Amino acid sequence: MDIRVERLCKSYGDQQVFRDYGALFPEGKVSCITGSSGKGKTTLLRLLMGLEQPDSGMIHGLEGARLSAVFQEDRLCENLSPLSNLRMVCRKRVSKQELVRALERVGLTGCEEKPVRELSGGMKRRVSILRALLAEFDVLLLDEPFKGLDAETYLKVTAYVREEIRGRTAILVSHDPRDMERLGGVEFRL
Amino acid sequence: MKDSITSGKAGNRKRESIRLWAVALWLVLWQLLSLKIGQEILLVSPASVAFRLAELVGKGDFWRSILFSFERILLGFTLALSMGILFAALSSFCRPVREFLQPAVLVMKSTPVASFTILCLIWIPSRNLSVFISFVMVFPVIYTNLLEGILSTDPQLLEMAEIFRLPLARRIRYIYLSQVMPYFRSACTISIGMCWKSGIAAEVIGMPKGSIGEKLYQAKIYLNTPDLFAWTMVIIVVSRLFERVFLFGMQKLLEKLERM
Repeated sequence: MDIRVERLCKSYGDQQVFRDYGALFPEGKVSCITGSSGKGKTTLLRLLMGLEQPDSGMIHGLEGARLSAVFQEDRLCENLSPLSNLRMVCRKRVSKQELVRALERVGLTGCEEKPVRELSGGMKRRVSILRALLAEFDVLLLDEPFKGLDAETYLKVTAYVREEIRGRTAILVSHDPRDMERLGGVEFRL
Repeated sequence: MKDSITSGKAGNRKRESIRLWAVALWLVLWQLLSLKIGQEILLVSPASVAFRLAELVGKGDFWRSILFSFERILLGFTLALSMGILFAALSSFCRPVREFLQPAVLVMKSTPVASFTILCLIWIPSRNLSVFISFVMVFPVIYTNLLEGILSTDPQLLEMAEIFRLPLARRIRYIYLSQVMPYFRSACTISIGMCWKSGIAAEVIGMPKGSIGEKLYQAKIYLNTPDLFAWTMVIIVVSRLFERVFLFGMQKLLEKLERM
């Protein structure tokens, strides 16, 4: 089902972030929300996730949908290993080998048992991306998912994400126009 | 608190570890002071204490007294631990429970051991006094620390759990456990020493037959200073051993959980 946003209004005190905002995010496609800082990209994602309530307006198409997300922050359990962080969201019983293979796909080898707090920023980001992809979902929400990745890793990870979300509904928030190109999305400018 | 579940405060532990030379120096100072005073009844020498301890170790009554007190203090500690965990969990999501328990916890924290002991002697037999006293001393520490740990769980992680629809069991296992463990560990470290001190103090007042407290009391009325010091040593050693074994077991359990 498409995700339809209708006449959305949201303010924080005197600051109005959305006023009668409307959009249609098509099912099975990647929608890329772009725009300069402070335009409300992250707020829109949080409204879609249900973490914030709009002042008025409606969001259709997400009722009962299983969401998955890469947040702006990594939001990993720092004391746990990447394997535990991934296993946490896997519904079915996933073998260690499968998770290790998934980690290898995004260039994470030999760190699967280390506590996440010992990983670099870019490594944590990749664990966070992988966690979102391994969870069962109908809609994937990505907030600046590739920030902090070096050029080579960026290409590897975006190729992996593109393959994994092909034909699925994803909404991406990004500053970087390359992200939209790499994931092959439709642009929604705020 | 951004500590690991398992690494704990390794640095702090190292800083707080007891050096052999420091212990030796204290023993020398004690021996010198005892020689200077020259009256064993006022300050017994470490050598006399060691000698008396060696005598006691060979007696069955010595071990029976340790077992008597250990069983009861352990029971009180275990009860406080279980109830502390249960009520901290309940209070974390049910505000009325938290508000209801608040005055009771405050009373438990502020009431002197002696008042509780004398009051309890009216209610329960002196044999089981140390169970109750250990419980009332440990429960508030465990409860307060755990509650603080649960309430300070990273809200961003809880949002993440909400989005990924993590069932309660997984939230506990992956999020709460790792966030709360540093608080739990520190609560246990504080309360193990406390439950021994308060439990024995209660036994000294209540004098249950065959307890360490009774032995201390007898040492006091017969002015048997070597016995007093020897039993005090026993309490310190048993309490430290218990703390070590308990924390080691907890550490191993958590390491296993972390690897799962």
